[in-house]
Amino acid sequence: MGDDMDITGAASGAVDAFLSETNLYLAPDPVIMNNHGLEPRTAYEDECIAKESDPVRLEIVRERILAGVNESFEMLENMGAAPGAKWGDCVSAVYTESGDLSLASSGGVVIFCNLVQYPIKFIRKYWSKDKTVGIREGDVFIVNDARYGQAHNTDQSMMMPVFHEGKIVAWAGATVHEGENGAIEPGGMPSLAEQIWDEGLKMSPFKVAENYTLRRDLVTFLQNSVREPKLQYADMKVKMYVCRRIETRIHEAIAEYGVEAVVAALRMNLEDTDAEVRRRLKEWPDGTVRHSWWTDGTLRENVQIKINLELTKKGDELTFDYRGSSPEFTNRSNNSLDITVKGMLAQLFLTFIWPDIPRNQGVLAPVNFIFDNPSVLKPGFGTPSAQSMMTVFTAWSAGQVATMKFLYSNPHKYTRVLAPWFNMINTFLFGGLTQHGEMVGNVCADINGMGGGALADRDGEHGCAPIFATMSDIGEQEFIEEEVPFIQIVSKKMMKDNQGFGRQRGGMGYQMVLAMRDSDAFGFMLTAMGAKFPNIPGLFGGYGCPTYPLARIRGVNVFEILKKDPASFRYSIEELMNERPFPDAQYSTHPMTLGYTLAQRGELYMIAQGTGGGFGDPLERAPADVMRDMDEGLISDDVAWRIYRVVYNKETLHVDEDATAKARDEARRERIAKSKPFDAFCKEWVKDKPSGKVPYFGSWDDKTMVHAGDPDKLHPAGQVVPPVVMAHPLQVKIDKLEAELAECRKSGKR
Amino acid sequence: MKVFFTAALTIDLDKETWECAGCGHELGSARDNYKKGLLVRDREPSEIHAPILDAERYDFTFAPDGDWCRILEYCCPECGRLAEVEYLPPGHPPAHDIDLDIDALKTQWAAREPLSEPALGPEFVAPTHSH
Repeated sequence: MGDDMDITGAASGAVDAFLSETNLYLAPDPVIMNNHGLEPRTAYEDECIAKESDPVRLEIVRERILAGVNESFEMLENMGAAPGAKWGDCVSAVYTESGDLSLASSGGVVIFCNLVQYPIKFIRKYWSKDKTVGIREGDVFIVNDARYGQAHNTDQSMMMPVFHEGKIVAWAGATVHEGENGAIEPGGMPSLAEQIWDEGLKMSPFKVAENYTLRRDLVTFLQNSVREPKLQYADMKVKMYVCRRIETRIHEAIAEYGVEAVVAALRMNLEDTDAEVRRRLKEWPDGTVRHSWWTDGTLRENVQIKINLELTKKGDELTFDYRGSSPEFTNRSNNSLDITVKGMLAQLFLTFIWPDIPRNQGVLAPVNFIFDNPSVLKPGFGTPSAQSMMTVFTAWSAGQVATMKFLYSNPHKYTRVLAPWFNMINTFLFGGLTQHGEMVGNVCADINGMGGGALADRDGEHGCAPIFATMSDIGEQEFIEEEVPFIQIVSKKMMKDNQGFGRQRGGMGYQMVLAMRDSDAFGFMLTAMGAKFPNIPGLFGGYGCPTYPLARIRGVNVFEILKKDPASFRYSIEELMNERPFPDAQYSTHPMTLGYTLAQRGELYMIAQGTGGGFGDPLERAPADVMRDMDEGLISDDVAWRIYRVVYNKETLHVDEDATAKARDEARRERIAKSKPFDAFCKEWVKDKPSGKVPYFGSWDDKTMVHAGDPDKLHPAGQVVPPVVMAHPLQVKIDKLEAELAECRKSGKR
Repeated sequence: MKVFFTAALTIDLDKETWECAGCGHELGSARDNYKKGLLVRDREPSEIHAPILDAERYDFTFAPDGDWCRILEYCCPECGRLAEVEYLPPGHPPAHDIDLDIDALKTQWAAREPLSEPALGPEFVAPTHSH
């Protein structure tokens, strides 16, 4: 029959049209989703560039539009109702008619707008020709399903076509980390999600406003699907008016400079960025940098998960090869979409390597990516990814380390080489009834307090900014406490010895001691890795961060204690947990992966933000800098001696320079004496498989083969059969207890 | 010509060798893994990241778990400078992390002026306050 079925010419077109019109389900389009590069120039763009190509004039137009985008970003931050909007966890941007991100606001989260290219392209491809939808002036579209193009489902983006004389010339977009989205847990980032259906709202790109007016039937449906209906409505209005402001500014630019200049400026911004990035990449040395890292859990159980990176630079191209990373977890939420990895790496280049480059997607045009499919960094369509940060941040940090090893030798740099930034969301999520009787579900602004990495000549900054939004805020605690029924009794206080040691030390993380006060139904959750294996390394001889637990004190109401015996309270996690000042309380530590848990009034939940990595050998740290850290309470006597080998008077902090130099020389000699040559060391050290003490996922010494929990069994990467399905942690516990019970019964114990 | 490749490692392009940036000790061919010229020591991670909470009482103390993580320290055999720190699961092969095309590097640097010290990059200049 084969030859009889060959259809060519007009018949072929008819078949394509028939298949297109009768498609039962418009899932994310792989042609769109697998292309992070630039769309080809359109005929109209060619026409505009032929008329307007003076780079000076185009730069004026670009700056004019950027000013409008920045104005819209200010609106978003100031009017947005979500906590994420208030702290800068949002962005606004302009896209070309084809959907490419051309101009992002100077503040805000680049990854958000980098990913909005995909839903715009979906809307163009599918809704523009669909008679039931269409694209008209005044329409606004919304999306939150990450598989169509978002960082994760807790974000919501709205997109508006910008028309000129009946024709689309650009798109405006606004994105906010909204938080609540109706998932199985409040706050929008459910670690309990075992299926995509547990992740809450699944908004594929759809039209939610016509003639610049939100459709209340659709708004009501969305409000009805989440725990914060007022927030849902308020921020939809805000995002729509942010898009309108961008539209207004583009229309004004068109009126002043002409539509050809505006279209040419948006397109050339992309092409010029691509060309400049290629020029800069040529300055890097050719070669490969390899860096692997491991996360230590799925948010439901502790397992070792490998992220494997080989970064190759050749000529003017860069290739991120993540093959050999862990298989996907088909019933866990810690998988990350590949578009999220790509978008985060755009953030790496635009904020940590080339902060002077225009913020658009041209930066990734010379960059290639390779993933095993499926894997934890490119999961299947039905695999949850609501907690993508657990793997994408590790993948990002691997990229940060690898790029810094390429950058250090370059004679001309555009910013400074940096040890790894802290990368994990050591913050509380919360949900329940507030003191005002309202239902909320969201995340604390402390997500933005990650410690900065050290530089070659400068210590990292404390509690500085998250890796995904370098211009954001950790919020005013008192302001936050007006809205939610818990307080941070210890807030923004640096944690002693929580330091990435090095010649220059990392910026440190602060501690948070929380207690719920004014609600009958309010709870917390935590969704961070790194209680067993640290989240980041240092650089060039510096150390990384330590590990981070959740500490809890239950069976106590600290508000009563503060009223009756305030002197007994201690104002640090270390003192509260080690001195145990409340005799009848229960003290415990846990991984920082707490499923949503209702809190009792006055019991304590305690965590610390993370520190950035250290840079260089700690024995070369200036003794005066060590003493400054001592004086500021950042390190203990133990660290000053054990890590930095400084000899000083403990009362005056006066350094004995000679004794310090002698102690450091001795420490170096000890290093040499206790170390072995590399090859001899490897003969003893290297094993042919994981130890088996810890469930291990990912490659070991060959990136084409991966473990899926069993140290004795390997699978071809991307072909793990059967796929990884984790047992329910409670079932694991029950099975263990039942086995113990059976053993007791067998031995006659009752 | 010397290329300051990391804060701890220099490449002598003429000799095609890795060198310690601290003392100049030669560490082997630049076409090979620089780690082969260094000394290595396996550290229990709590020796570096010591418990902040009482390890007798608590499972999670801010110290990494030695069954999950080991810290390999690489130092110069001559001067003892710490050149690299690698966090690995026990027994995992160390990475050949920097694997360069030395011929391309030589071509690249043939057109550049030699540096007398590493180029750190532009100095940060704080914006002026406008309020």
